[in-house]
Amino acid sequence: MPIKLEQVSFVYAAGTPFERHALKDINLTLADGEFIGIIGQTGSGKSTLVQMFNGLLKPTSGTVTVNNLVTTAKGVKLKGLRQEVGLVFQFAEHQLFAETVAADVAFGPENQGVPKAEIAARVDSALLTVGLPLDIKQRSPFELSGGQMRRAAIAGVLAMNPKVLILDEPTAGLDPRGRDEILSRIRELQRERGITVILVSHSMEDVARLVDRLIVMHEGQILHDASPREVFAHGAGLKAIGLGVPQATEVLQLLRQRGWSVPEVALTLEEARQAIVAAYHERRERA
Amino acid sequence: MSLRHNITLGQYLPGSSAVHRLDPRTKLLMSFGFIMLLFIVRGGWATYGLLGLAALCTILIAKLPLGMVARGLRPILIILSLTVVLHVFSTREGVLLFRWWIIAVYSGGINQGFLLAARLVLLVLSTSVLTLTTSPILLTDAIEYVLKPFKRIGLPAHELAMMMTIALRFIPTLIEEAEKIMKAQLARGADFESGGLMKRAKALLPLLIPLFISAFRRADELAMAMEARCYRGGDSRTKFKVLRYTALDIYAWLLFAVIGVLAFYVSYLG
Repeated sequence: MPIKLEQVSFVYAAGTPFERHALKDINLTLADGEFIGIIGQTGSGKSTLVQMFNGLLKPTSGTVTVNNLVTTAKGVKLKGLRQEVGLVFQFAEHQLFAETVAADVAFGPENQGVPKAEIAARVDSALLTVGLPLDIKQRSPFELSGGQMRRAAIAGVLAMNPKVLILDEPTAGLDPRGRDEILSRIRELQRERGITVILVSHSMEDVARLVDRLIVMHEGQILHDASPREVFAHGAGLKAIGLGVPQATEVLQLLRQRGWSVPEVALTLEEARQAIVAAYHERRERA
Repeated sequence: MSLRHNITLGQYLPGSSAVHRLDPRTKLLMSFGFIMLLFIVRGGWATYGLLGLAALCTILIAKLPLGMVARGLRPILIILSLTVVLHVFSTREGVLLFRWWIIAVYSGGINQGFLLAARLVLLVLSTSVLTLTTSPILLTDAIEYVLKPFKRIGLPAHELAMMMTIALRFIPTLIEEAEKIMKAQLARGADFESGGLMKRAKALLPLLIPLFISAFRRADELAMAMEARCYRGGDSRTKFKVLRYTALDIYAWLLFAVIGVLAFYVSYLG
């Protein structure tokens, strides 16, 4: 399901004193099977952008084409589209409503018209994917801990077997272990099923570790669209717009300023460690 | 899709006109007085003309767009037309103008119908001017002051005003929340628009349940935060913004008194 945005602009509250341009002239193509990260400051248009991808918001001008379907076309059925493009909102636990966890996770597939037997299987597999034990299925979602509620809500979207999965800060407010666990499971899922995953995040570490392609949003426009390695090479530019680079990259950049011959960018701590050790031995040999 | 932009909250139009600058208590009591006047004076066209002129002048002084004020009358359009029609066909006074089968129209009916409609219009206009020129927060402040004397008979004036303030404060928050949950459920394939009444009512559950839960959660958190800051109701509580009457209020009351006396005079004359 390729997604294509052409000259997309979006204005909130047009014609009132509260008018705000959330997106300005965005051109973007997302191919199948990509793992894409979107970063940007609060208010840079990230959340607006991802809502374009499943037709929850329609552009004020320009066109959004999902799987050859133009979302602004007259009489277009967006329900089918929304079932193919799963969207996990920020603080997804706020959408839980059913009496049991199983019923809540089943809500999406039921709306899709999936047969009962298959729904049960999908619920189980979605819960396992997000790391929830199956014995909580019959409990009320409101009895769960905050982290478990978030997982249950994410499972509710995964159970729809979307071809494109959008996650808007899925791990905000979770503990580090829960965060790593959920994100690596999503990465596995993306590789297994070959789906497109779009991850909106504030954590440079997370995007550096996970994504193949990184989009940087600033004031409703795309500032960078490249691999994380290329994007994080612009450390100073990112800091100027209130973002940063992963700590591993930060360390290397500080060492470079002091004359160490280390690479500009490291995406993981391990990569930085190896680079520093190599540079250290090199310096010792020279000395 | 966007709920937020379809709902006007209160309808306060910020401004700096003399009417805007009046003390909210003055405005509140004056609109109340105006409504009383409408019911007390024996209405003739001259009286209503006078009161209507006063209302129009207030609107002009407040620099309110006439279209906006007129739009405030839209909700009572049905009541207005019903009033006129009922009076026209049921009153049997004055000159017979028209008769067909069992339908008879008398001049008195037309007169009374439109007089009553004029009274309703003026009634709504006076409250519109009040809410258009007074911010909701000031208005609740004024209500608290006005209700204070009734405290002796056990009316919790401060608590009522605080409840209104909090309710007003949380309307936009809850709308935003509702919008967000609606989108989240739409993204899960929910359908709020098709099907029969029962099906649609049932489809609202995934929206309403999370909304209620979040409202209760917010209420809990707010109560906790207020208690943590030692909030204990209205007793011996001072205000950050103290309402003060100014010369403007005195002039306004004088003007109001003149109009009131004139209205009585005109109505007994006629």
